[in-house]
Amino acid sequence: MEQKSNGLMGWIDARFPATKMWEDHLSKYYAPKNFNFWYFFGSLAIMVLVIQILSGVFLAMFYKPDTALAFQSVEMGIMRDVEWGWLIRYFHSTGASAFFLVVYLHMFRALIYGSYKKPRELIWIFGVLIFLALMAEGFMGYLLPWGQMSFWGAQVIINLVSAIPFVGEDLGIWVRGDFVIGDATLNRFYSLHIVAIPLILIGLIVAHIIALHEVGSNNPDGVEIKKNKDENGIPKDGIPFHPYYSVKDIVGVIVFLMFFSIVVFFAPEMFGYFLEHANFEPANPLKTPEHIAPVWYFTPYYSVLRAVPSIAGSAFPGVIAMGAAIVVLFFLPWLDRNPVKSIRYRAGWYKILVAIFVVTFIILGVLGTLAPTDGRTLLAQVCTAYYFAFFLLMPIYTKLEKNKPVPERVTMK
Amino acid sequence: MKKTILVLLLTTIAMISTGLTMAAGGGYPKSPANVNVDDMASLQRGAKVFSDYCLSCHSAKFVRFNRVADDLGMTESEVMENLNHLGGKFGSTMTATMTDAYAKESFGAVPPDLSLVARSRGVDWLYTYLISFYADSAKTTGHNNAIFKDVGMPNIFWKQEGVKKAVYEEHDGVKTLVGLEVVEQGTMAPEEFDTMIRDLVAFLSYIGEPNQSYRKSLGVYVLVFLFIFFGFAYAMKKDYWKDVH
Repeated sequence: MEQKSNGLMGWIDARFPATKMWEDHLSKYYAPKNFNFWYFFGSLAIMVLVIQILSGVFLAMFYKPDTALAFQSVEMGIMRDVEWGWLIRYFHSTGASAFFLVVYLHMFRALIYGSYKKPRELIWIFGVLIFLALMAEGFMGYLLPWGQMSFWGAQVIINLVSAIPFVGEDLGIWVRGDFVIGDATLNRFYSLHIVAIPLILIGLIVAHIIALHEVGSNNPDGVEIKKNKDENGIPKDGIPFHPYYSVKDIVGVIVFLMFFSIVVFFAPEMFGYFLEHANFEPANPLKTPEHIAPVWYFTPYYSVLRAVPSIAGSAFPGVIAMGAAIVVLFFLPWLDRNPVKSIRYRAGWYKILVAIFVVTFIILGVLGTLAPTDGRTLLAQVCTAYYFAFFLLMPIYTKLEKNKPVPERVTMK
Repeated sequence: MKKTILVLLLTTIAMISTGLTMAAGGGYPKSPANVNVDDMASLQRGAKVFSDYCLSCHSAKFVRFNRVADDLGMTESEVMENLNHLGGKFGSTMTATMTDAYAKESFGAVPPDLSLVARSRGVDWLYTYLISFYADSAKTTGHNNAIFKDVGMPNIFWKQEGVKKAVYEEHDGVKTLVGLEVVEQGTMAPEEFDTMIRDLVAFLSYIGEPNQSYRKSLGVYVLVFLFIFFGFAYAMKKDYWKDVH
């Protein structure tokens, strides 16, 4: 694309920085050439966002946010009467789980390669805010089909708000818009799910990417490629995002779509993990299900909530712990005092700590789907303690690490 | 590093799977339904059983007669004569013969709608439920159910199936229901009855998600397309990246 051309692009560029934006963010945005498997999940997250917005637009055409009609509009209208409605709904329901899966893997990448460290603290903070917005989006969207789990899951979560001392009761009523979860709740969750949170989400994603393109991408070696530039000011280890990473990410997108399609076409319920069995029964405020479990992507935090014993019958300590488990993520850039970014050049025992962290997180997730027993609660408590210790003890143990020498330039392994 | 992660992940998976198997245990065991929703003859027979027996009390209010006709390869007149006992329009949905008021008076509750019962309960549960009624004089209906204790629904197939009684096993003073035993032969041979129940469950599975067969067949084409697309995309990536070292 020729700058200052006389054609149509020249006309546009004189009025709108089309070519400049294209170059700044794609054709002359230099990304490290050594991205590995873990670097697919950023572009995949955007891909899933597009799937969710497009499928959501069509679902909103047929969905009715009314407690008397909602379940039927989904299970009869969209799933049976609307042409291809079932496919669009499965895209959306599978997309929700895929979004969390991709985001969890994207966050894990940041964790192992130190992508949250100076100068990328704000990218990380925007990212954690995206994660929070996504949780709100998922939670509110789950109420909309108005099934048993929609209703009782929302009941459990809103009751957490009510557990806050003094103001909790009133706050709960304010959130629900009623004394019980009802039509007012469903309508406001619909509005927030399809307008407010998506706008916030998109705004945060734009901020996330602008911040990323300002400082440049990290890489598996944790080496700053901008320190080694050629005579034209181009990083020696950088390659233009387009075409190199655009063609590479297409491959990632196709592989992702294969897994996505396997779920959508062959196991849309994902054995009750993506669409819970009890949610095929309409919401019944008089009939509490035997076992209320949130959808899988909330279960690690739900486990933390349940692991903390209530004090004087109030679940508030658990609520604090659950909130703290997410809030602690914001401080990660300052908790980790090791100047080395990539796990490749950090102490061997730090790798083991990270590996155990992954395992405890998965165990917390599994426990959150199961009914609590004494043994399971104890296991959840041990895992919760590890979760917090991993972050809060970082300022101490990251200073004790014996790092390996970090190379000057990126490596291609 | 990779080895450590692999070992730890495998350990987790092993722990999770044992945990889940243990969690799945307990309660009356489910028998596999082994239904085939592509078997049109089975579905048509199931539809007939469903409309003759179930629709008397239950509704399937999300299911339209004309859709059933389309999907199961039946003509309009076949459906209107054999399945639509209330004589509603061809495009109408399956409503119960019994009114809600009458149901509340006779059974104390309105029987649940069956449109999605195969998705909320699962086909294995449904099959087991339908073959697990046993005689229990303590119940007003004269029957209880091994997998759904104190169910309000009467044993509607007792004439065909015959009468069963519960077999208990006692361990440390705890009596558990372990199986059922036929005490009185029904009008149908056991295999004949079993086929009827499996046809019915197949039909329930079909109405739970009428698109399920089409969904799976379409999925195969989508994956084949993606596989071919992958070949081209991978070749393109290789070509662009050949000068990156």
